[in-house]
Amino acid sequence: MEAFTIHTGRAVPLRRSDVDTDQIIPSEWLKRIERTGFGAGLFAEWRADPGFVLNDPTHAGASILLAGPDFGTGSSREHAVWALQDYGFRAVISSRFADIFRGNALGNGLLPVTLPAETVEALQAAVEADPTVEITVDLDARQVRGAGVEASFELDDFTRWRLMEGLDDVGLTLRHEERITVFEGTRPAWLPTSV
Amino acid sequence: MGRTLAEKVWDAHVVRRADGEPDLLYIDLHLVHEVTSPQAFEALRLAGRPVRRPDLTLATEDHNVPTTDTLAPIADPVSAAQVEALRKNCAEFGVRLYPMNDPGQGIVHVVGPQLGLSQPGMTIVCGDSHTSTHGAFGALAFGIGTSQVEHVLATQTLPQRRPKTMAITVEGELPPGVTAKDLILAIIARIGTGGGAGHVIEYRGAAIRGLSMEGRMTVCNMSIEAGARAGMIAPDDTTFEYLAGRDRVASGPAWDEAVAYWRTLASDPDAEFDREVVIDAASLTPYVTWGTNPGQAAPLGSRVPAPADYDDPAARASAQRALAYMGLTAGTPLAEVAVDTVFIGSCTNGRLSDLRAAADVLRGRQVAGGVRVLVVPGSMQVKAQAEAEGLDQVFEAAGAQWRSAGCSMCLGMNPDTLRPGERSASTSNRNFEGRQGPGGRTHLVSPAVAAATAVTGRLTAPADL
Repeated sequence: MEAFTIHTGRAVPLRRSDVDTDQIIPSEWLKRIERTGFGAGLFAEWRADPGFVLNDPTHAGASILLAGPDFGTGSSREHAVWALQDYGFRAVISSRFADIFRGNALGNGLLPVTLPAETVEALQAAVEADPTVEITVDLDARQVRGAGVEASFELDDFTRWRLMEGLDDVGLTLRHEERITVFEGTRPAWLPTSV
Repeated sequence: MGRTLAEKVWDAHVVRRADGEPDLLYIDLHLVHEVTSPQAFEALRLAGRPVRRPDLTLATEDHNVPTTDTLAPIADPVSAAQVEALRKNCAEFGVRLYPMNDPGQGIVHVVGPQLGLSQPGMTIVCGDSHTSTHGAFGALAFGIGTSQVEHVLATQTLPQRRPKTMAITVEGELPPGVTAKDLILAIIARIGTGGGAGHVIEYRGAAIRGLSMEGRMTVCNMSIEAGARAGMIAPDDTTFEYLAGRDRVASGPAWDEAVAYWRTLASDPDAEFDREVVIDAASLTPYVTWGTNPGQAAPLGSRVPAPADYDDPAARASAQRALAYMGLTAGTPLAEVAVDTVFIGSCTNGRLSDLRAAADVLRGRQVAGGVRVLVVPGSMQVKAQAEAEGLDQVFEAAGAQWRSAGCSMCLGMNPDTLRPGERSASTSNRNFEGRQGPGGRTHLVSPAVAAATAVTGRLTAPADL
């Protein structure tokens, strides 16, 4: 996983609430068995409309998505995170994320930043007024700066450390393998098995 | 202070707890399907890691599989490659798989319960958000992403932050003609698509106790549509009756030991929830969705709402956009909305009692001219049971298509899709834009409403036939 410490880039405002993962990456794209190449499918249906904000050339190269509330609802598909990353996004800012999407993003180093709705709106308005304005997402300081905004966000110390180190969970967990084995010895015999 | 059901199950699965870190939870059952697993198996292969507990892992083919001509090769080469990848991965890593045409095959959330694999007090995960279904048994069951699938395959554990708890108490009795599906649609309409975010919901109260296990599964299934991490119902005699004698359930003294433990799981009388919502069952009527998220639902007897009805600007904009996408005009009676297709099936409503409810409405009646009706059983076992009862003949005599098991038109990854602009009444769980096919328009309904709608060609409650 690519480490995340601080990122500065331009942003694109997506003024829609309840953006579900079916919109982020339609199911047709889920048949692939690779982890790469999903950027072309990002918001595929909406991108068919020339007026969709991602088609606006003034936002080309943006790496921060300024989303509406309840971003990433619905399906657990991690492909949604892979598509956002493959397209070039490093962070998504919203007033509320769906739990599974947020977990998937944190697992891949796409930073989900939760800020109050009025702060997200202020950022969206600033970027709409001037698409070249740059925003800094500083994980070390847990701050978003730029476009006339300076706002702190919350993220627990452990997750922050893991993201800044670029560590994946499997490796961390396997350091405690003995404890897993001990736990397995305590499981009741009546629990079912699949075989 | 007492503990809630969710807290008891959580505490019983903590492998490791350390200050500031997520708890490491042991996972009792990992369900796998073809769509969210290939990248996880590939990562194991690259790291040279085995599946730690193949005996706690079960795979089935469901999302992609065609529901007609199932003995022929899958026509779509990309779908075929994904199904083939699952077969290869399961063979290589020693995971039990129910492939297409196997009598055990079906939608992953129908297969687990029918085998008796989903039991009270367990932790159950799957790379699928509707894993919340298994919470109907008093299990802590939740959907995960592919990186977490890899994590569980490799370690049989998952690092998780302890969620908050929310009680939804449904008091009283559901009126005749009002089903578990109507109840959960009403709940989501009330609390919103983000209303359960960060929480595990526990459904309680007389109306919940009165539901069958299949009705409880319908309710828990859609917990994710309210944004909840999971939904749970405390195990009781209804649960134990459903489990007794099933294939993977203990018998003899081991059964008695299990039941004694399961009876301790209910939330303590003095347990506190972070949030509580109370719903009056008697006030409910059949519900349908009118918009493009499951929270945009209303009583079938009401009218399409107007964006101006909403005070919150985001909700107003969302309603505006939804009406445009759905091709609906504010103020139109919902019972006047005409549909082209009716889909009866999915992990929400593809079980035997759902098919019986639909067949009861269709028996001796005819599907309206020009309406396509697909009936897709949730598993091959449900299909066989329905056929033993003659339900297939009821559906076919009415003019509906009787299909083979799979996710089918719930998400349109197989050939069962809506065409652009086509409108469906669907017993599935998501009315998102394009969910059932690009440009398709979905109204979520109960099986009984789906069947009545098939008869009239417009959204209809059975009582109005």
